[in-house]
Amino acid sequence: MSEEQIKSLEKQFEARIARDEKIEPKDWMPEKYRKTHIRQMSQHAHSEIVGMLPEGNWITRAPSLRRKVALLAKVQDEAGHGLYLYSATETLGISREEMYEQLHTGKAKYSSIFNYPTITWADMGAIGWLVDGAAIINQVPLCNTSYGPYARAMIRVCKEESFHQRQGYEIMIKLANGTPEQKEMAQDALNRWWWPSLMMLGPTDDVSVHTAQSMKWKLKRKSNDDLRQQFIDQTVPQAELIGLTIPDPDLKWNEERKSYDFGAIDWDEFWQVVKGHGPCNKERMKARVDAWEEGEWIRDAAMAHAEKKQERKEKQAV
Amino acid sequence: MSTKNWPLWEVFVRSKNGLEHRHCGSLHAADEDMALENARDVYTRRSEGVSIWVVESKHITASNPENNGEMFEPAQDKVYRHPTFYDLPDEVKHM
Repeated sequence: MSEEQIKSLEKQFEARIARDEKIEPKDWMPEKYRKTHIRQMSQHAHSEIVGMLPEGNWITRAPSLRRKVALLAKVQDEAGHGLYLYSATETLGISREEMYEQLHTGKAKYSSIFNYPTITWADMGAIGWLVDGAAIINQVPLCNTSYGPYARAMIRVCKEESFHQRQGYEIMIKLANGTPEQKEMAQDALNRWWWPSLMMLGPTDDVSVHTAQSMKWKLKRKSNDDLRQQFIDQTVPQAELIGLTIPDPDLKWNEERKSYDFGAIDWDEFWQVVKGHGPCNKERMKARVDAWEEGEWIRDAAMAHAEKKQERKEKQAV
Repeated sequence: MSTKNWPLWEVFVRSKNGLEHRHCGSLHAADEDMALENARDVYTRRSEGVSIWVVESKHITASNPENNGEMFEPAQDKVYRHPTFYDLPDEVKHM
């Protein structure tokens, strides 16, 4: 294709998106659109999969059967969400194995929030309430994104995610209304998860490198700072309601803006974790790589069994 | 590294009797039995279905969007295939 032809195709393509038309897998698309989507969608899938690890840590020690079935179902959902997103990404021409390879070699990133440890039961509450809460804010606009398979996967994910946040908040309510030790445990979890949750919504707008292009492709509909403000405004009253304190001395209602002003975020910490120096980066990656490598024999065995069955069927047919 | 990767399957779910099966996504599985079991776990965790079809993706033949013109445009100028094309007096009932 000549450069001129590509330019004209690109123009038509941008016009389709501007008209809110969806792009489907076999449609022509600019290489950059394909690459950006593979990057964002695979990172999203990786986050769902790695996100199972911090919570999986507490399944066997959930304090009651009610909590255990809920946590188990939530972690199973995260696996499902990872699978929806991986298969949606595959429609762009990358294989599942390539994506795993990128994750395992550190070439692809996942949400850095999952590199923090889950040291008490209250962390299950804080994760559901705050981490899933921030994730929902990030994900709801993606239900309208321009790439059809991604938008469809996100609709399923968002439908399922709302129970996640509610189960987390319920854990927090119970602890906050419990013994002084239990309340302290809830407060401690909020203290540790608050700032990383704010960071989850991404770097500030002035340094975010992908925002402009992603807005155009509807991969993003609101800027990181707007999403963060929305998250803070909706979460602060929820903390107050159960008598917990947001660990930010500068947090203050701004009557003029009808929003909360908040303190400075420690972005050095964020970049440290992104670069691999968070408390659990190595542990998380090891768990993923081990699961993949130790599962190899069973993947091979299943394939061998399938082939044998097929051969037997063919022989009988003769 | 495994020598052979599990093939890709497309999943279709009937949400209730009386409705058609609808495509809902894809997954990897070694054979059709595993594809069905995985489809149940991945796509019907909340009673979304009463029946599942799986078909290996390689068996699907799809039209090419580049040919959409010759494929679908011929239908556009055949308005006489629609009831509104025909002029009838207002007094005519039940038609």
